[in-house]
Amino acid sequence: MKYQYESQQVAYPFFVAAMLLFAGQIVFGLIIGAQYMWPDFLFPAIPFHIARMIHINLLVVWLIFGFMGSTYYLIPEEVEGELYSVKLAITQFWLFLAGGVTAVVGYLFRWHDGREFLEQPFIIKVAIVIVVLMFIYNISMTMLKGKKRTSTSIVLLIGFIGMALLYLFAFFKPDNMIVDKYYWWLVVHLWVEGVWELIMAAILSFLLIKLTGAEREVAEKWLYIIVGLTFITGIIGTGHHYYWIGAPEFWQTWGAWFSVFEVLPFAAMIAFSFDMLSKKTRSHQNKAAILWTVGTTIMSFVGAGVWGFLHTMPQINYYTHGTQITASHGHMAFFGAYVMIVIAMISYAVPNLRNQESLNQKAEVIAFWTMVISMLFMGLSLTGAGIVQVYLQRILGMPFMEAQEHIALFYGLRFFFGITFTLGLGIYLYDFFSSAKSRTKG
Amino acid sequence: MTKSSVRNICIGGSGLTLVIFLVLTYLTHASFPERTHPENISEEVVWGKKVWEKHVCIDCHTLLGEGAYYAPELGNVITRLGEEGVREILEITAEHGWGGTRRMPQFDLSEKDIDGLVEFFKWMNNVNASNWPPNKEG
Repeated sequence: MKYQYESQQVAYPFFVAAMLLFAGQIVFGLIIGAQYMWPDFLFPAIPFHIARMIHINLLVVWLIFGFMGSTYYLIPEEVEGELYSVKLAITQFWLFLAGGVTAVVGYLFRWHDGREFLEQPFIIKVAIVIVVLMFIYNISMTMLKGKKRTSTSIVLLIGFIGMALLYLFAFFKPDNMIVDKYYWWLVVHLWVEGVWELIMAAILSFLLIKLTGAEREVAEKWLYIIVGLTFITGIIGTGHHYYWIGAPEFWQTWGAWFSVFEVLPFAAMIAFSFDMLSKKTRSHQNKAAILWTVGTTIMSFVGAGVWGFLHTMPQINYYTHGTQITASHGHMAFFGAYVMIVIAMISYAVPNLRNQESLNQKAEVIAFWTMVISMLFMGLSLTGAGIVQVYLQRILGMPFMEAQEHIALFYGLRFFFGITFTLGLGIYLYDFFSSAKSRTKG
Repeated sequence: MTKSSVRNICIGGSGLTLVIFLVLTYLTHASFPERTHPENISEEVVWGKKVWEKHVCIDCHTLLGEGAYYAPELGNVITRLGEEGVREILEITAEHGWGGTRRMPQFDLSEKDIDGLVEFFKWMNNVNASNWPPNKEG
């Protein structure tokens, strides 16, 4: 299906930037994966903490590029009208890219702030806020001007507004480290286990309506079920981060009872996708986009839902908190939920923007299975590492570094699957960029 | 159920949980004087936190279990190594880094920085973290 509004084309550079930064993220992922095995690798030029900072910051930046590109693509079709300002979108694109690249290059020269994931220097944080405000303004005006305001577009906008507001806590740096930690989670948890799930669900809703042709009324009822479950479980679910960081013990009750149900919105996403497929009124030719779309609901359920559930009870978390168990959950959750929803959107939207039927279906399917299976096994390797670490360090009381030596095999496996993941990504990126040549302006 | 009734449940439920969260946040704040002893946050502790952030220690270590998992837990490092042990490691780090494998890079730490970090770790050590970590190895 061809794109319907000329201004949707502005999504394209966002997707290209997302893919390039994704490649960068994986390069730094390989570096830190290698450093777990050969700690002197690139030391001291790019020590572990710098490479990890870049690995995660690039992830967040490219996902936001992906979310923004997805929004610019879907909003005109949802509200049935051109984007309010293409110029503003382009300005915002370059400002965000400049900010992101400056931050990452700055990290290499030790120009950073000091809190995990919020390492962006103050001025970069300000730039991020400005960029997001420009984006929100553009989308809001488009919705006001448009013929319709669908639930999908409203949920998406609420997701972005929530993201901007919560990021303001990144500027709050109290002297008391415990207060600092408490509010830090309002950015970190309420982004990835709150408002980002709204963005994901809205993109999912758009994709499922387009790919299956099933009724919007059905889709948007599901959308509200998912949003409701996300907030009702996820807001108080923040408490599962408050068990052992100096906050009161009542969080062990509140956090546990709500966060165990955080799996439900992801279960609802699976039900949503299968319900829509069973009600389909058309057979879409872009099978790869359907694969990524259904795939993201299943992998997010596994990675974010099940793997989160496994260690969310305080009785278990007491032993697993701060081990490789968390790392395994983090990898599978981010990949399953946010990486895959952005790729699903790219696989659907980019060929439309290029007036192609689809990207190379065969390459896409191979890339899909290579990346998904690699990430599953990477997650399982880290789970193995975590189990051994918990037993040696937390149960037997073995010193940290000594316990790490016994985990080397699992780090080796993780690195191996990191390489196979990179091959899968390579296939996807090759297809993404090589098929651009046959792009026809319509 | 219609779409609008689902939407209303969604808004109502979210609002209710948000209110509960805000109440719990208030109660959490009320507990901090006793649990974190803010009266012990001296100028040295504040400086130590700044040094901690300047070198972004959290991207290798954990602090009460949060951070990267590449290097040992430091929330209880005073219990594990003692004040003198921690000071010695920091002094060696300031000169040429620390450790044989997974080395800590050389960081430019002044005497003031080292004093600050030690005081910061001492303060962290006294935070009531609900009996975590399970043992002194963190």
